[in-house]
Amino acid sequence: MSTRSETAPATAVRELTFGQAVREALAEEMRADPSVCIIGEDVAEAGTPFKVLAGLVDEFGPDRVIDSPISEAGIMSLAVGAAMTGLRPIVDIMFGDFLTLAMDQIVNQAAKVHYMSGGKLKVPLVVRTTLGATRRSAAQHSQSLHAWVSHVPGLKVALPSTPYDAKGLWKTAIRDDNPVVIFEDKLSYQLKGPVPDGEYTIPFGQADIKRPGTDLTIVATSSMVQVALRAAQLLEALEISAEVVDPRTTVPLDTRTLVDSAKKTSRVIVVDEGYQRYGVTAELAAVIGEGAFHYLDAPVRRVGALDVPVPFSPVLEDLTVPTSERVVETAKVLCGRV
Amino acid sequence: MTASAPQPPDGTAISREQGLQMYAQMYRIRIFEEQVNELYTSAKMPGLAHLYIGQEAVAVGVCQALRADDYITSTHRGHGHCLAKGAAVDRMFAELLGKASGYCRGKGGSMHIADQERGNLGANAIVAGSAGIATGAAFTAKRLGTARVAVCFFGEGALGQGVLYEVMNLASLWTLPVIYVCENNLYNEYTHYAETTAGEMLARPKAFGIRTEDVDGQDVRAVYAATHRAVAAARGGQGPAFLLCHTYRFLGHHVGDVNRAYYRSKDEEQRWKATRDPLQVLATWMAAQRLAAPADVAQVESRVRGEVTSGLEVALTAPYPDPHEVDQHVYA
Repeated sequence: MSTRSETAPATAVRELTFGQAVREALAEEMRADPSVCIIGEDVAEAGTPFKVLAGLVDEFGPDRVIDSPISEAGIMSLAVGAAMTGLRPIVDIMFGDFLTLAMDQIVNQAAKVHYMSGGKLKVPLVVRTTLGATRRSAAQHSQSLHAWVSHVPGLKVALPSTPYDAKGLWKTAIRDDNPVVIFEDKLSYQLKGPVPDGEYTIPFGQADIKRPGTDLTIVATSSMVQVALRAAQLLEALEISAEVVDPRTTVPLDTRTLVDSAKKTSRVIVVDEGYQRYGVTAELAAVIGEGAFHYLDAPVRRVGALDVPVPFSPVLEDLTVPTSERVVETAKVLCGRV
Repeated sequence: MTASAPQPPDGTAISREQGLQMYAQMYRIRIFEEQVNELYTSAKMPGLAHLYIGQEAVAVGVCQALRADDYITSTHRGHGHCLAKGAAVDRMFAELLGKASGYCRGKGGSMHIADQERGNLGANAIVAGSAGIATGAAFTAKRLGTARVAVCFFGEGALGQGVLYEVMNLASLWTLPVIYVCENNLYNEYTHYAETTAGEMLARPKAFGIRTEDVDGQDVRAVYAATHRAVAAARGGQGPAFLLCHTYRFLGHHVGDVNRAYYRSKDEEQRWKATRDPLQVLATWMAAQRLAAPADVAQVESRVRGEVTSGLEVALTAPYPDPHEVDQHVYA
């Protein structure tokens, strides 16, 4: 259910997994532009632990799909310099939790070079990383830290939730002249969905209505889109019609689509897998509150991750992430069904 | 007259023209920084500045050995590097004053001057923040086969930052044409390096298999010769080098650091200024070699002083950026 000015897809449509869609986008862009290269830990022969990049080194060689030492700060800063001087590097940060190791390079260098130089230097860099819990990987391999980079001017942040979006957003990211951070949900790699055969891109800053509805808006990002869609299904049984809106990029943010949906339904839940406190849910709720205040029947409700380090024990971990059931309960309260 | 100069084996003999040119460049930096100090103390300049006075031979000796399209990255103490790579005095002053005609339209200031037309990828206010950028520029040069090299200037304080070791490992591993120029001016801000730096400095790059040289950073000819060797090797595909340049910051960590007795003695400062001033070292050598008489040097000084003064006047009267520029250049 794509919206507005996405470039026209060609005819044939196939089913691809999320991981295949990412790989296809990278391969197409690397074929089209020799300045694109990938640097990261175990990106070449191993194709990353999730195997998303498998096979790329066979086509593009080890000079363009480059295995690096375990040096997140080093490869990120090297990539910033490479981007400033004519390459379009993609840095693979295996787990979103490891962004912390490269934070100076992302926040103080990549994000600021264009502005600090008065617009003379550019950093066409893509940071590829992951988010999402419930893989029983504990506190340092499970966080969703996209709010951190969304906070910093100069960065763009994309959160694809479907194979179609993944391919289109990835191609846009690689062609963008700014540093872009793309978060992929680790549990989405096997998610299947239609992907057109031909060339298309998805512009940043265009939310997508994943499911239309009239009684309630559920704004959901990345991993939470599937949670929201399942909640919407459950709500249908209760005769509550939920609209699911996916911003697809937090920066730039399609404020208009979010506010328009809120105005239409007058009730909004924002669902995001980042920590709820000071998180993406807070910003989206504020944007909707400011833009649609007089249309709302109730305050915007937030459903984020519990503000605790992600625990290992499955019994505990499952309590920390937003679920369809929690969204349904929140929706029932908003719609006066309890 | 060149014939009278001793010929180093690697073709780095200094001619009269080169000698006077390097002197002019060092003097330009010296006078520029003195003016900056004056602007700051008379409250005409916002913010603060970290002056390069005393270290001029490092920037000038290194940049003398570079091509115009070679890259450099710089530090918070970066005015000397920018000027040595060919930046114009008026646009430098304009940037320091926050004017629209500055190198970064007033958005960068003293610690962020970038001049990409001369390969200057920018000064950096994070200690060791540009180590990766220089290494990345070298990565690009190798990938695109441009035969450019990248020079990364940093102070000995940067030896405390882990990212430096990560990128030196990458540079050696991938044979990148980058030259790490460590300016040991003895003080990490207000702390002597001996209190912060374990072991031998040069043992660190050596551990990565990087070629190193110990260089007298007050002798511009020595810096030039060492850089020349490192650049030739890097361009020739032999990978990175690390030059440890021994130097001294004649003034404080920044313009406001006036009372320094608690971390170093006046005697020490006097000793360096009296015997190890890079301008005097070069002028004395040129006189001894009969390459340039004191009158020639005085003539250079007079010309450069006039140029710096008029550059400052241009900058002082230049307009500030328009308010609408505040949210320009956030995104390309």
